[in-house]
Amino acid sequence: MGRVRAFAAFWYDFVFGDDWLLALVVAVGLAATYGLAQAGLAAWWLLPIAVAVAVPVSLWRAVRRARPGESR
Amino acid sequence: MTRDTFLFLSAFLASGVEMVEALTIVLAVGVTRGWRSTLIGAGAAALVLAIVVAILGPAVSALPFDVLRIVVGGLLLVFGLQWLRKAILRASGFKALHDEDAIYRRQLAEASTRTPAEASTAGPATGRLKVDGYGFTLAFKGVLLEGLEVVVIVLTFGAGQHQLGLAAVAAACAVLLVAAAGAAIRAPLARVPENTLKFVVGIMLTAFGLFWGAEGAGAHWPGSDAALLVLVPVVALWALTLTALLRRRHATGLAA
Repeated sequence: MGRVRAFAAFWYDFVFGDDWLLALVVAVGLAATYGLAQAGLAAWWLLPIAVAVAVPVSLWRAVRRARPGESR
Repeated sequence: MTRDTFLFLSAFLASGVEMVEALTIVLAVGVTRGWRSTLIGAGAAALVLAIVVAILGPAVSALPFDVLRIVVGGLLLVFGLQWLRKAILRASGFKALHDEDAIYRRQLAEASTRTPAEASTAGPATGRLKVDGYGFTLAFKGVLLEGLEVVVIVLTFGAGQHQLGLAAVAAACAVLLVAAAGAAIRAPLARVPENTLKFVVGIMLTAFGLFWGAEGAGAHWPGSDAALLVLVPVVALWALTLTALLRRRHATGLAA
């Protein structure tokens, strides 16, 4: 059981890392890109914009958790 | 040509960075527990990794190309963003820098403070032909865990472009280079600018992930492959801007 849990934890850490928000934005961004492309619309711009917004939000969440002046 | 160059560089750098970390563990264990068990452990881990590649490589390559690209693009993007996020936090001072010397010293202390009784629970090293279980396990785990990330990156990179061979060669070059450097200096490669390399790899993985992910989802990039030549510097510029902003915030926090 312990090994199964460790295996699951390894893959969770591998895919989701320190912030699950980034993985969620990528998944939703890819689905939305697919939707736009299927509708015959230009879709290449969507994922870069989603990522450009998600990274500072994720950083802001990390900085908010860290105490000012403290390196983790 | 552009894609192949980026692919080789990205797989080489990502593998190199992970192998520097594995080398630190192997050196610390080797110095304290003896080289025989350590090298057997590292070799066993390399064998397991080779088997994983041999099994997963053809399986991944057999997937339909569009499915492959969206999965590969998504995975690369997620990995890239994680690396980039960590690199930005480190560069701006909100996260401690990765210090191979400090990690080496910690590993040395941990391995050398294991009592013979503790070590023997994993297999004693009393005889010439016996293997020190603790040294073996530590080296095996270190190489396997660091290597698994390399395997996934190489598989995704290679399969996404039907260039598994090129990605594997890039990874092998990095492994050989790091192993040769480690064998030559018998010390952690502290002078390798690991944090900077991780920053660069994060940028490359993110740019590739954006490109393949969107292509796999059915989008068409303006300029086709040439879009990568724009994506890489734009991602780099965005990451550097965020780093500069966070640095200023960190400095303000320290001053307050």
